[in-house]
Amino acid sequence: MDFNNKKATRQSYGEALLELGKKNENVVVLDADLAGATKTNIFAKEIPERFFDMGIAEQDMIGTAAGFATCGKIPFASTFAVFATGRVYDQIRNSICYPNLNVKICATHCGITVGEDGATHQMLEDINLMRGLPNMTVISPADDTEARWAVQEAAKINEPVYIRFGRAATPIIYDENYEFKLGKAIQFGEGTDATVFATGIMVAESLKAKEELEKEGINIRVVDIHTIKPIDKDIIIKCAKETKKLISIEEHSIIGGLGSAIAEVLVENYPAKLTRMGMKDCFGKSGKAQELLEYFGLTSKEIIEEVRK
Amino acid sequence: MVDSLQEKAKNIRKNIVEMVYQASSGHPGGSLSVADILTALYFSELRINNVSDENRDRMVLSKGHCSPALYATLSKKGFIPEEDLKSFRKVASYLQGHPDMKKIPGVDMTSGSLGQGLSVANGMALAGKLDNKEYRVYCVMGDGEIEEGQVWEAAMTSSHYKLDNLCVIVDNNNLQIDGKISDVMNPYPIDKKFESFGFKTLVIDGHNFDEILNAFEIAKQTKGMPTAIIAKTIKGKGVSYMENQAGWHGKAPNEEEYKMAIEELTK
Repeated sequence: MDFNNKKATRQSYGEALLELGKKNENVVVLDADLAGATKTNIFAKEIPERFFDMGIAEQDMIGTAAGFATCGKIPFASTFAVFATGRVYDQIRNSICYPNLNVKICATHCGITVGEDGATHQMLEDINLMRGLPNMTVISPADDTEARWAVQEAAKINEPVYIRFGRAATPIIYDENYEFKLGKAIQFGEGTDATVFATGIMVAESLKAKEELEKEGINIRVVDIHTIKPIDKDIIIKCAKETKKLISIEEHSIIGGLGSAIAEVLVENYPAKLTRMGMKDCFGKSGKAQELLEYFGLTSKEIIEEVRK
Repeated sequence: MVDSLQEKAKNIRKNIVEMVYQASSGHPGGSLSVADILTALYFSELRINNVSDENRDRMVLSKGHCSPALYATLSKKGFIPEEDLKSFRKVASYLQGHPDMKKIPGVDMTSGSLGQGLSVANGMALAGKLDNKEYRVYCVMGDGEIEEGQVWEAAMTSSHYKLDNLCVIVDNNNLQIDGKISDVMNPYPIDKKFESFGFKTLVIDGHNFDEILNAFEIAKQTKGMPTAIIAKTIKGKGVSYMENQAGWHGKAPNEEEYKMAIEELTK
């Protein structure tokens, strides 16, 4: 795998959204003054009549999206993850999830790789917030191909969907014809020394770790959990049975995110020890994306160390 | 027309008191203040052939706690059976404490968390414009409700997108749970606020059907901007001991009070 062939999933989102919008006239796009950063401007440029800039007013954006959905539209509402979830949690809960409306919340700039903007703009609790909501599907794509699939897939689900995209470029893992399935995680390798469950940009880091460990004769498997909700219980239980060690890693708080979701499956089905890697109940900070990943221990190096322990 | 609306509103008020009494909970004060507005909307203004017609006019009851007034009106309209009103707020019932669009025929939007309805109404109005549909969208809000910041985000949107197919009605009964709105968190001058946000603004007596219907007519004729109707109303209207009493915002009458209310409303 070529870890140097990279693209940011927010770019994939913008491109996929335009592709979807051309095919489906019911698609409308809303943004809150961040179209250049979320890449919804790609859609806006080509299909301006179905693009609505709502200004710096996220609560109103979410409510407006709900109104569109009641009239048969498929609204995609975008802004940074911190504003797209935390700031508008009640609007999502009461005006979208409770009436089960067909709104897609597509958040970019999740996690610490937002970089220099620092803690206020680095969303680390969005998976936690969104997966706790009834009727909500949660997707966390790992690369360009998966991000594109997630956008097309979301439009097929007549219910609320949350998708988290990143700011920083991340390696392209899947070829363009890969067939993804909602709720079905993807396993890399059959190693039995450890399983690393990963989501988002942590999938590529885990795959790097897998390659390095193989050189030492340590064989692990990596599982890309792109759909956080509904989660793929079967693969979690299977890996717990087949491998000696279980690790989860996410660019998100270890509270309430992927690690917690896996732990819930394990305790109810096949109790096993799980090490949760991620943001350890803390906020991020300013710095370059790569520096921050290293600072907070979210690179292949720390995964390798954890497997070796 | 006005006589028949008055008769309908009277019966809707009786339903409201009956529902809240039977449920031993609910919000009679605001339901009684908004009853004439909803009556005028559903029996004169809104064009609804059937509740799932995509060309129908929409109505968002943003002050969702006034569900008794909405459900009673929908039952008079024939969208829900009148006998079901007795089940309001009960565990086996579809008539939830706050309006649920997925369970209740004729409810265009789920509401309850205050301040969100105008944004939703904007989305409906924008969708109508996008599809060149003729339908109009009405949003009924409380005067305490407009203390929510989202209302003003939404007001900017209504105006920015020139939503002349949208009409906001503020049920200005002057009271909220903790007291007079001007004492709790003063939103006045409400008309000037909406005006400065770019609305055609009308101040009317919200219990006078001539004025209500006339305001709707002006709203329809207003082009290039949304309309806000500030309807001056009396909280608890029609039940003497509830009128202008903040304490009746969310309280059910006891048996004696219930009988007294029905007697007054039957006169």
